[in-house]
Amino acid sequence: MPVRETFWNIPHWAEIAQYILALLTAVVFVYGVTRRILRVRQGQSEKRTGHFWARIWSLVVQVLGQKRTLGELYPGLMHFTIFWGMLVLAIGTALATVDWDITLLFFGFQFLTGWVYIIFELTLDILGLLVITGLGMAIYRRYVIRPARLQNFPLKTLPRDDVYVLAMLAFIAISGYLTEGLRLAVTQPDWGVWSPIGGVIAAAFLALGDPNNQTLHLIVWGLHIASAFIILGSLPFTKLFHIFSVPLNIYFRSLQPAGALPAARTEGGMGVKEWKQFTWKQLLDFESCTRCGRCQDVCPAYLSSQLLSPRNMMIKLDAHLWEKDGRALHGDIIAPEEIWACTTCRACAQVCPAFIEHLASIVDMRRHLVDQGQMDATLQTALMNLGRYGNSFGQSERMRAKWTASLQPAVKDARHEPVEYLWFVGDYASYSPTLTEVTRKAADVFHKAGLNFGILFDAERNAGNDVRRVGEEGIFEMLAGKNMQALGKCKFETIVTTDPHTYNTLKNEYSWNGNGRPRILHYTELLDKLIVSGQLKFSKKLDYKVTYHDPCYLGRYNGVYDAPRRLIRATGCELAEMPRHGERAFCCGAGGGRIWMEEKPGRERPSEIRVREAAALEGVQAFVVACPKDVTMFRDAVKTTGNESRLQVKDLIELVHEAL
Amino acid sequence: MKIAVPIKFVPDLVEELTIDPNGTALDTSWLRLIINEFDDHAVEQAILLKERGGGEVTVVAAEAEGVDDFLYTAAAKGADHLIKLTGDFGSGMNSHAAARALADLLKDSKPDLILTGVQAHNDLDGAVGPLLAELLDMPYVGYVAGVSSTNDKAIARKEYPGGIIAEMEIKLPAVLGIQAAEQPPRYVAYNRIRQVMGTSKIEERTITALDLSGGVTASRMFQPESSQRATILEGSPEEVADQMVGILKELGML
Amino acid sequence: MSQDIFVVIEHLRGQVADISYVMLAAARALAQGTGGKVVAILLGHNAQELAGNFSANRVLYADHPALAEFTSEAYQVTLASLIREQSPRAVLFGHTTIGADIAGGLSVKLSLPLVSSCRTLNSNGKFVCQICGGKIMAEGDLPSPTALVTMAPGGYKLEEGQSDQAPAIETTAIPSLDDLRVTLKHYIEPEAGDVDIAKEPLLISVGRGIQTKDNIEIARELATALGGQVSASRPIVDQGWLPASCLVGKSGKHVRPKVYLALGISGAPEHVEGMNESDTIIAINTDPNAPIFNVAKYGTTADIFDLVPALTEKVKQAAGVS
Ligand SMILES: Cc1cc2nc3c(=O)[nH]c(=O)nc-3n(C[C@H](O)[C@H](O)[C@H](O)COP(=O)(O)OP(=O)(O)OC[C@H]3O[C@@H](n4cnc5c(N)ncnc54)[C@H](O)[C@@H]3O)c2cc1C
Ligand code: SF4
Ligand code: SF4
Repeated sequence: MPVRETFWNIPHWAEIAQYILALLTAVVFVYGVTRRILRVRQGQSEKRTGHFWARIWSLVVQVLGQKRTLGELYPGLMHFTIFWGMLVLAIGTALATVDWDITLLFFGFQFLTGWVYIIFELTLDILGLLVITGLGMAIYRRYVIRPARLQNFPLKTLPRDDVYVLAMLAFIAISGYLTEGLRLAVTQPDWGVWSPIGGVIAAAFLALGDPNNQTLHLIVWGLHIASAFIILGSLPFTKLFHIFSVPLNIYFRSLQPAGALPAARTEGGMGVKEWKQFTWKQLLDFESCTRCGRCQDVCPAYLSSQLLSPRNMMIKLDAHLWEKDGRALHGDIIAPEEIWACTTCRACAQVCPAFIEHLASIVDMRRHLVDQGQMDATLQTALMNLGRYGNSFGQSERMRAKWTASLQPAVKDARHEPVEYLWFVGDYASYSPTLTEVTRKAADVFHKAGLNFGILFDAERNAGNDVRRVGEEGIFEMLAGKNMQALGKCKFETIVTTDPHTYNTLKNEYSWNGNGRPRILHYTELLDKLIVSGQLKFSKKLDYKVTYHDPCYLGRYNGVYDAPRRLIRATGCELAEMPRHGERAFCCGAGGGRIWMEEKPGRERPSEIRVREAAALEGVQAFVVACPKDVTMFRDAVKTTGNESRLQVKDLIELVHEAL
Repeated sequence: MKIAVPIKFVPDLVEELTIDPNGTALDTSWLRLIINEFDDHAVEQAILLKERGGGEVTVVAAEAEGVDDFLYTAAAKGADHLIKLTGDFGSGMNSHAAARALADLLKDSKPDLILTGVQAHNDLDGAVGPLLAELLDMPYVGYVAGVSSTNDKAIARKEYPGGIIAEMEIKLPAVLGIQAAEQPPRYVAYNRIRQVMGTSKIEERTITALDLSGGVTASRMFQPESSQRATILEGSPEEVADQMVGILKELGML
Repeated sequence: MSQDIFVVIEHLRGQVADISYVMLAAARALAQGTGGKVVAILLGHNAQELAGNFSANRVLYADHPALAEFTSEAYQVTLASLIREQSPRAVLFGHTTIGADIAGGLSVKLSLPLVSSCRTLNSNGKFVCQICGGKIMAEGDLPSPTALVTMAPGGYKLEEGQSDQAPAIETTAIPSLDDLRVTLKHYIEPEAGDVDIAKEPLLISVGRGIQTKDNIEIARELATALGGQVSASRPIVDQGWLPASCLVGKSGKHVRPKVYLALGISGAPEHVEGMNESDTIIAINTDPNAPIFNVAKYGTTADIFDLVPALTEKVKQAAGVS
């Protein structure tokens, strides 16, 4: 009967030695893990429990299912095979241990016998091959294809870690097969056919004419066992630690809306000056980064050759936790230019297979810089304007509604009469002279759709989304307070916004007490609904071929992808998608307060990269956006890339207006 | 070194300014007040001097809307004492009256250096700095961008048009009119100001009577003709060129 | 007590400052009403010849080594004794780095009223001042007995204060100028190298309307003819047609020249932010609705390529004539 012959050909001393080694490994392993846990626990407290089942489900989908990892085909499959292969092999080994050291030892029976054993052997044999395939793909990718995102690590030791892990895993898998092959070559059991790979190797040994090389078997077995224990013991000291940290990080992921930035912590000064001011979850983030570089590949700051790479930031922060030479977090480890380069587009967090929340840490570090007054002069001016006038343009609040002056019928003042829709217009749409035309068209569309709407006139303030992301929590609170006060005095049912940034913070960050949060819609959502209900009808069919740019704060942050697309189609336009669209849309570069900061010279601006992407589409005439800042950024980029005659930048409302 | 920085609030030019019904003064009902930008630089320069050579900085301001916040901001930057002058300023304050009030206040505390903004856009009777200097019998140098000081003298970098700088040596005590600090006024996060509000105190000093003599009164105030939209020069390119030459001549560019 | 109008001449390193002529012109207007004389007050050391083209009835000249270059205290001490002695109807100072340093001190020292940043004075004794960044004008009667006035440029042309006939020069006595508390150590020249467009009085700024790099030459020719410098909007700098030091606007320099001539610039807020404090903005733009016309004082919708070469010619002619 087939039975697992554990320790076949292994002398008793070697068996004993193995247990001693196992014990040693366990000690080192426990030490390594404890050390990590203790480090992470030095962070500040943060509540990340509750919603137990939702969290478990995340684990199922993202760890077992590898959903996000599989978002990219080659690296996804590569990781998937290694992950599942190693997982099953590890389970197999565990079963074998139980079989031998527990059930047999204590209860005198083995369960790895008969057909169970045959399935066991077959599965392990095949999965081993899966691991080797995956490792092969990994080695080929890292050392032959050499993708850019696996290069230029900020620490010299990391490539050694990569070699070590790959080489060890490959060695374990191969030596495992060799051991099996040598054993089968000697014992030649009937059930050998169920170990096809082992069988092939056995055949090879037999063909080599040395069928009884038990010494070689012992040596190979010894190396196999030794390397397995070494990798286990060193696991908490290598990047393989992600096997533990990433599932934890996924379990403890934020279940808040993506658009709600965690509140500022003020103990020991605003934001984060030293690493211990990060929360334990942020430290766990750093400990979870696998250096896969996916975030770097999608980061607009990095791609426009700014200093920031979210991957490198995580790597450096993680290394910093373990440093003993007293270097400062700000300056020595992370340069202010890195911190300021972020557009808060959230592309990094969207793709990170470890569910790292980069932005929370970046903004915490910004908060410290703002507290120290360390920022460039233009940002400083913008913040002072926001503090003083409630808008970044430094204009009087009495000019805020100047764009309504020539409008007929006049726009209602929501402070004086109840309205159904309160239109929160936003700074750019209100003050930027190049955008007033678009804003007036929006008003016209609302009128023609028969909406009962009004605005706050002088009482509106910048909603504070980007003020908050710049790290100026104090001004954010002040602005939010004033807006809430103004809104509190008005009667309305729904808030409509033009600006996705405003939309995000009103929806996710304002504390709507009392009556609870009102319905908040972006104008694309509202118009989409009106079309569905038949309240808004088009008289013309436009026949442009257009492409649509998802604003970060509408798309990635709030998941509004379909409404604008339906709206575009409803105007009769043909929609061609850019390669990066939906949740992969590439940022215009204006967010997170970047629009207020000086530009550091770079190869290409994010907006220019984006316009080139659109210009490469066959026959597209218009670049459609749904955010006032986008209009500003892309009109500029269309000119600087020489695509002025080729592409028109249009706000979606302009299309709607034209089709009415 | 004891440094005093008298500052003042001026109408914010971001707002549309209007004239009161009498036609002799600005309509204050709409007025938004803001720190005189040169005074802001004077505060910064004082803080820089303190950071470099130690000392105490006292910021003095006449009561106005927003002054408290500014004083706290100054404290958050590093000012040691905050003084607010209160009183009935209904009859209108001018630079002469302000200088006298400040001289009264400062003659006892005997600062080594008084830094103040070189001008304010609404001075109709000169800037406060030179008036104050004379009242305290101190020398004055204005249009200063950069100061260094030793115990009994200061070196001020006075800026002339065209980028020429004169290094002036001044015996202390003295008054300097600051045009620009060595670095732009630093940013103070909103939360810092809130914190300082809890820990700093604004000392109030009442001014009993204002002596406006030496100033002037306007019998009429008005707005210059609106230059909202450009005057469009019409005609053939030749004709337009001729008109432009005329304009350039008038502006003294030819 | 006399009805004379004193003008405190300003000069720096051997050169009479333009404002001196503006003041002489203003003094002339005022003197017509008072019936007094225009008296130029010149403080200096071996500097008589500076007075050669003053349009003044006479020049009072104070010569002393301590007055060779401007220092506030030496000027104040000298002027105080002169004003006290002669009691003129008004004393005009520049509203400048020189005049504004000394007028205030004299107002206190002599208990005389002070009017500042005055643009015009007229024969019936009225002053008009420009305050609040040019947004408000204040008018009033010149206070008595002796009004100290600081004058801002813009109200008079330089020629009105100049004359071919050298005025009579009288040397005046000087009080003791020992123990001065303010002394000039030395002058520091502006750094050589790149032109600092922020300090240029005249800028010819080119925008995308210029179309090609080579076309910038026509702007440069005009700049040479006028004695100005070329600056640019961002697209021009982005193309690498001009260095970044030429950029005006949000991401470039903030400039406030006397004249800003915008060639083919639309007037985007990011650009306007950097130049709207210029004294006079002249815009050339084919689009009548271009926002640049909202900040410009003069504008034309002529084409750059027609207008600018013609303008350069005419400027050259005009310069040759005068
Ligand atoms: C964050 C940010 C920062 C920026 N910072 C700056 C900055 O610091 N400085 C800056 O300048 N811009 C800046 N910009 C760019 C700014 O928004 C505008 O894109 C830019 O100023 C436009 O330059 P322009 O006026 O030369 O070009 P355009 O806007 O293209 O204008 C060209 C003009 O020339 C006119 N024209 C064309 N041909 C002729 C002709 N033959 N004769 C006469 N007129 C003609 C056209 O009518 C048009 O009005 C910034 C933009 C962003 C988004
Ligand atoms: S949020 Fe966007 S810009 Fe910031 S690090 Fe992530 S990818 Fe880069
Ligand atoms: S942060 Fe996430 S996406 Fe970026 S390198 Fe690390 S694991 Fe990969």
